[in-house]
Amino acid sequence: MSGFRLADGGRIDRRTKRNFTFDGKAQWGYAGDSLASALLAQGQMLFGRSFKYHRPRGILGAGVEEPNALVTVDRGPGRRTPNLRAPSVALHDGLVATSQNRFPTLKTDLIAVNNVFSAFFPAGFYNKTFMWPRAAWEKVYEPIIRRLAGLGDSPTTRDPDHYDATYAHCETLVVGAGPAGIAAALEAAASGGRVILIDEQEEIGGGALSDPAQWAWLGEATAKLAAMDHVTILPRTTAIGHYHQNFVVAAERLTDHLSVDEAEGAREKLWRIRAGEVVLAMGAIERPLVFEGNDVPGVMLASAARTFALRYGVAVGRKVVVMAVHDSGWRDALALHKAGVNIAAIVDLRRDIAPELVEAAREARIACHPGYAVTAVAGSQAVKGATIALAGVGKVQKLDCDAVLMAGGWTPTVHLWSHAKGSLRWDDNWGAFLPDKTHENLRCVGACAGAWDFGKGLAGGLLPAPKPLHESKAFVDFQNDVKARDIGLAVQEGFRSIEHIKRYTTNGMATDQGKTSNLNGLQIASGVLHRPVTEIGLTTFRPPYTPQSFGAILGHHKEALFQPLRKTVIDDWAEAQGAVYENVAQWRRARYFPKGSEDMDAAVARECRTVRSAVGVFDASTLGKIEVVGPDAAEFLNRMYTNPWKSLEPGRCRYGLLLGEHGFIIDDGVSARLAPDRFHLTTTTGGAARVLNMMEDYLQTEWSDLDVWLTSTTEQWAVIAVQGPKARRVIEPLVEGIDLSPEAFPHMSVREGKICGVDTRLFRVSFTGELGFEVNVPAEHGRMVWEAIWAEGEKHGAAAYGTETMHVLRAEKGFIIVGQDTDGTVTPDDAGLGWAVGKKKPDFVGKRSLARPDIVAPGRKQLVGLLTDDPQLVLEEGAQIVADPNQPVPMTMIGHVTSSYHSATLGRSIAMALVAGGRDRMGETLHIPMPDRTISAKVVTPMFYDAEGSRLNG
Amino acid sequence: MLLIHCPYCEEARPEVEFVYGGEAHIARPVDPSTYSDEQWEEFLYIRSNPRGRHHERWRHTHGCGRFFNAVRDTVTDVFETTYKAGEARK
Repeated sequence: MSGFRLADGGRIDRRTKRNFTFDGKAQWGYAGDSLASALLAQGQMLFGRSFKYHRPRGILGAGVEEPNALVTVDRGPGRRTPNLRAPSVALHDGLVATSQNRFPTLKTDLIAVNNVFSAFFPAGFYNKTFMWPRAAWEKVYEPIIRRLAGLGDSPTTRDPDHYDATYAHCETLVVGAGPAGIAAALEAAASGGRVILIDEQEEIGGGALSDPAQWAWLGEATAKLAAMDHVTILPRTTAIGHYHQNFVVAAERLTDHLSVDEAEGAREKLWRIRAGEVVLAMGAIERPLVFEGNDVPGVMLASAARTFALRYGVAVGRKVVVMAVHDSGWRDALALHKAGVNIAAIVDLRRDIAPELVEAAREARIACHPGYAVTAVAGSQAVKGATIALAGVGKVQKLDCDAVLMAGGWTPTVHLWSHAKGSLRWDDNWGAFLPDKTHENLRCVGACAGAWDFGKGLAGGLLPAPKPLHESKAFVDFQNDVKARDIGLAVQEGFRSIEHIKRYTTNGMATDQGKTSNLNGLQIASGVLHRPVTEIGLTTFRPPYTPQSFGAILGHHKEALFQPLRKTVIDDWAEAQGAVYENVAQWRRARYFPKGSEDMDAAVARECRTVRSAVGVFDASTLGKIEVVGPDAAEFLNRMYTNPWKSLEPGRCRYGLLLGEHGFIIDDGVSARLAPDRFHLTTTTGGAARVLNMMEDYLQTEWSDLDVWLTSTTEQWAVIAVQGPKARRVIEPLVEGIDLSPEAFPHMSVREGKICGVDTRLFRVSFTGELGFEVNVPAEHGRMVWEAIWAEGEKHGAAAYGTETMHVLRAEKGFIIVGQDTDGTVTPDDAGLGWAVGKKKPDFVGKRSLARPDIVAPGRKQLVGLLTDDPQLVLEEGAQIVADPNQPVPMTMIGHVTSSYHSATLGRSIAMALVAGGRDRMGETLHIPMPDRTISAKVVTPMFYDAEGSRLNG
Repeated sequence: MLLIHCPYCEEARPEVEFVYGGEAHIARPVDPSTYSDEQWEEFLYIRSNPRGRHHERWRHTHGCGRFFNAVRDTVTDVFETTYKAGEARK
């Protein structure tokens, strides 16, 4: 219990108390406190347990760089947020926070036994320790490690919050509202352009919030900006990433700082900002020092102690020792002293310290130990003293203290600069990388540009120590429990690049992304390798700058708004009939229409039997449709499709097969020639946009000489398939102006006329093998025509059928579904569609590829039918096929099942499969090994029903 | 998100309106049957993949629908220029 509330000072409102709980215990703070400052004021130094060793950990920093004090905040069901940094959690009434990664409690953590055996958890221990036996990884090691090593728990229920999103444009975007950012915003605002100033903290001011001397200026500047209409100030907003051309994404936290009762509206808002100029004023983060015991609760950054004292009115200890290698540590010590914090000593590894700092310390009666380094810290859950030694190895002295502040110099925050692909240069004075060049209209100001006077210091956070590096317990990355010796070990084991050292040690890979550890790790690696840091490189910064909720990134795009759901004009009717749906591409399609207590199998069997024996009605409106118009329309299609089109007479239809230039099937569909210069094309439901794009591509870029227009008409036409021996009788009374007789209207033809008094393009086509019509009517009449056909159909015992029945019926006929029976490596010949390739055509898309050596080679996978020996067994689609079931594992797979159904018509199962050399295997028995048994099946022609096609005529 | 200048609309529009179309200036042979297997392989699959200036195709799918060509630096993603399909390589 060493932290306490100072008698005065800070920006907190001492008249307004805030009650909250931490680990179930009632606590209080003031309005304006962070969770960290309120708990420190109560003397709480222990905040969490470390990731790997479960070591007790306290506060390190006062900002988003905090690696240790991660907490879970619970705002009710589905509103539990783990891994929040205690210094960045604003205090509000009723806040419920808990510590993480401890069992059973923070103070007595049983798993901390890890710490005792920490010698067994060196760098790469996951890779080394748990390699054998292999099977034990999944069942034994991984579950144990997952329990031991961890962060907070994710919520298990749905997030009830909603998240807002917006676009914004401005002439100048300033990221970071410290003194440099505010100055940049004022300057930009003076020119009259729109300015957005964003800052991640509860109030704007950045470093000035921890410097009372700047408060008057800060208040005036803030008021001046707030008064300008063209300036938008966004506090509690984190710029999480800079993307191309000054596109910055920022997340504004709208309600988390309020009590649950006060919170209204969206929880967060994602800002997508396009700015003419971006000014980065992101400041700098102080670096910890690397010495034995630097992770004992109470050892923290000097800048953090300064912020707690001057901004929150909290002293982090009663006897505070400052360990500095940088002037800023002295400045902070003096500021703390002035604020009433007892500074017991300033230790500095350097001997040549600026005389004015030494003089000021002497005046403040602070003991100074130049040339010394802290070599040990007493205490485990709180600091109980420190040992210092001359140059780390010489004369030893013990200091009585309850807090140790580290001043290891500053690391400019260049994250967004790096997102923008800005280059960095090493600066010896800073001991850090500074922004160098960029092609964006982007600049850095203030500390992140290296343009801030923190004083001078040593570069390199590793303090000299009496112990050799490999025995040291000095931490570099607090959140991932990486020690200096782990980095030494990685180098010893042959890792040279910082990218490899990072991944092997996990240095900088925790949720803080190495904000306090990257440069120390780099410099330790540099020291061990005896090579300059610039030769070892710097790991790449990637968005987000700090952890970001998925909610804000998703915005409104969830649940029903996740993606558009396309519905046909007949969809409502199907819903009223109790259809069960499936999604096909973005379409919602009726899959089957159960009657009474029917399951899918029963409904599909009934629908299939009805189509084959009477008539079925099917909503085929989702078929892709393209209107191809122009004098060169036939020539264009002739070049696109494998089939000949020029010879097709108006009024006739043709099955078209579309290949890619690589020779593989990418789409198919029946198309009709309505007039010499007009075609009505159909594509697969999922392929419509892709096919249109491909056709536009050829038309615009390869054959711009052709006079053709392509128009997507998918949603302009409702398509009602009427299939079955009674199909003609169903539509006959509704159709006007079209002779439906078989002679006048043969299979694969199209007629224009009227149905139910509206225009129709009536196709006589069949995807079922039965006599069939596809009634195309303008979409606005689709529902009316459907209902008329349905009413007529009912007189003939019609059934409405869905996509599942459509699949079974077409499989009985061996008709393929592109994307199910083909997979992007199937040629027309492989699919048994060689007949659809125009042999006399000089060229079409993909023709040349059909002569490639591996396309004409024997042994290609070919589409065949499979009949299981047990007729009631339905194979699993995707199941692998082998020739010899007794061969040793891994077996040689010769193909897979592409389509498989129970056929009610045939009273047995049927399947289609792609099998190597399949057409030469007719009659052969092949085997399908499944987890519980091996199924045998005979290879047959993929045509199971009415091979002669007599049923097409009803 | 990139801003891309459509040479037909003569406007810079956000990337979401466009679809990338692969390397530019790879003309389909007038008569592919005259191509050897090696030449056809080259046409189908071999791309330059440069570090730096890259000539590439884009389509203003959710705009005018036109295909056009662009020169983009593959390191910086900066567009040097965009120009209409059919115009000479820039």
